[in-house]
Amino acid sequence: MGMTMTQKIMAAHAGKDSVKPGDLIYCKLDLVMANDITAPPSIKEFEKIGCPVFDRTKIALVPDHFTPNKDIKSAGLAKIVRDFAKKHDIQNYFEVGRAGIEHVILPEKGLVAPGMMIIGADSHTCTYGAVGAFCTGVGSTDLGVAMATGEAWFKVPEAIKVVLTGSKPEDVTGKDVILTLIGMIGVSGALYQSLEFTGPGVASLSMADRLTIANMAIEAGAKNGIFPVDERTRAYEEGRVDHPYTVYEADPDAEYARTVEIDLSSLSPVVAFPHLPENVKVIGTFGDIKIDQVVLGSCTNGRLEDLAIAARIFEGHTVHPDVRCIVIPGSRQVYRDAMKAGYIETFIEAGCAVSTPTCGPCLGGYMGILTAGERCVSTTNRNFRGRMGHVDSEVYLAGPQTAAASAILGKIAAPKEVR
Amino acid sequence: MAIEGNVWRYGDNIDTDVIIPARYLNTFDPKELASHCMVDIDETFAKEVQAGDIMVGGRNFGCGSSREHAPIAIKASGIPVIVAASFARIFYRNGINVGLPLLEIGDDVEKIHAGDRLRIDLSTGRIEDLTTGDTFQAPPLPGFIQDIARAGGLVNYVKEKKEK
Repeated sequence: MGMTMTQKIMAAHAGKDSVKPGDLIYCKLDLVMANDITAPPSIKEFEKIGCPVFDRTKIALVPDHFTPNKDIKSAGLAKIVRDFAKKHDIQNYFEVGRAGIEHVILPEKGLVAPGMMIIGADSHTCTYGAVGAFCTGVGSTDLGVAMATGEAWFKVPEAIKVVLTGSKPEDVTGKDVILTLIGMIGVSGALYQSLEFTGPGVASLSMADRLTIANMAIEAGAKNGIFPVDERTRAYEEGRVDHPYTVYEADPDAEYARTVEIDLSSLSPVVAFPHLPENVKVIGTFGDIKIDQVVLGSCTNGRLEDLAIAARIFEGHTVHPDVRCIVIPGSRQVYRDAMKAGYIETFIEAGCAVSTPTCGPCLGGYMGILTAGERCVSTTNRNFRGRMGHVDSEVYLAGPQTAAASAILGKIAAPKEVR
Repeated sequence: MAIEGNVWRYGDNIDTDVIIPARYLNTFDPKELASHCMVDIDETFAKEVQAGDIMVGGRNFGCGSSREHAPIAIKASGIPVIVAASFARIFYRNGINVGLPLLEIGDDVEKIHAGDRLRIDLSTGRIEDLTTGDTFQAPPLPGFIQDIARAGGLVNYVKEKKEK
């Protein structure tokens, strides 16, 4: 029986010729990652084992969730991570001001490459599937043990084959693709499974689109989401990845649990209504929904391409008087490039608040918390009850084009509604 | 090992943001996390939960964030085991790794109600609803995951292996 792309990467890292769904295996890890919330408990577990780190060059520590430190306790967490990084001479520790959001900077800096086996103590670690790596989120104990042993156990997943055809209309983004898929299969539609994206439509998707799509595989319950490696991937990695990498392809006779097809040309801008990412509706199929806040950024949509899309729509417009719009470039490089391209000036002219990179508002940490009854259109990834603040607030998930149009019009709106 | 306790019953897609909201994640002290557990959907839980009570959820329990703070908060509340129709996979790993047993029983979970008294044999996965008289069977944990559970979590398991 043939293997899926995910199964091939797993087999290679387990030292086996082949694996099949349900096998329990140990895999060698190429990179392990944690942030300021998940690293401190990982470090505590790591220290219980009492050995050195497995490889100081294969650990990435990124303080990004509650940094710049939002309060005294958060400052304490960030200090635990900083001290640990110093003590163990961790090569990839990214201090505030010099990096940004974990899932934006790891691909940007070439730390993730095709064929790698990666775990991160953050559920959106699945983002790096965009470059053809296996990557998945784990908890702090798994991560702490991995920092000591360089290994983790896995149950080999079966896969859903997601066949993409056509190319998307101009007003549709990668976010609309993944939200549409989650709307089709549900928040547990890919539970314990891989989402393997394939088909002629893949070639038309930018790396930013693919990163956004893979990022939200977890919102369908998936273990990982993964894209084939093509010319676009190779061009993206050129000059970023300084070591050889292995490209894996699914076998032609690989078995899939099922196949889902999406014709990209048939898609429209969509929004996920509260309080689950599966509550997806096409804009225009519901009445006016007034909003109080817009958040543009995050590991899902904090890349230069996302800011470019939003800036183009903001050009010559201002944020609606009843709306606060918060723009958060995902990394130092994104911030600098957006500044050079004039996007930051466009945002400020429009009346947006532009922040330094942070996960802050996405998880209701800080920098844009909602009170009771408030509604936010957000380019982030979760709209669970209370996710961005008060339990009676509401988050509507959307792409950067919809977020910008909504900020201007004061209600959930498609870009074509902005005149 | 048999456990007997009263049921706290929750629905489908209980996410880790409601189990422990991010605004409380500036600490990883188990007791402090427990004091905020479930607060956004059930203010009574943290106040009234008794050691030995059992949490029962629907499908996709523990979806969302990878925060291990979620199973830690539930465990520190005194809950010795969670029963659900299904678990989200990161939560499932985390439960095993922190030594909080998770039993998956599919749609049978619909027959268990808030306040029911359950008796659970963790070694066999047999669940008895003493209030209704129903019994359910959860599949046993596979292979070395049983060894991790027996060691009391992943760190102890790795330490034991290292010492051998």
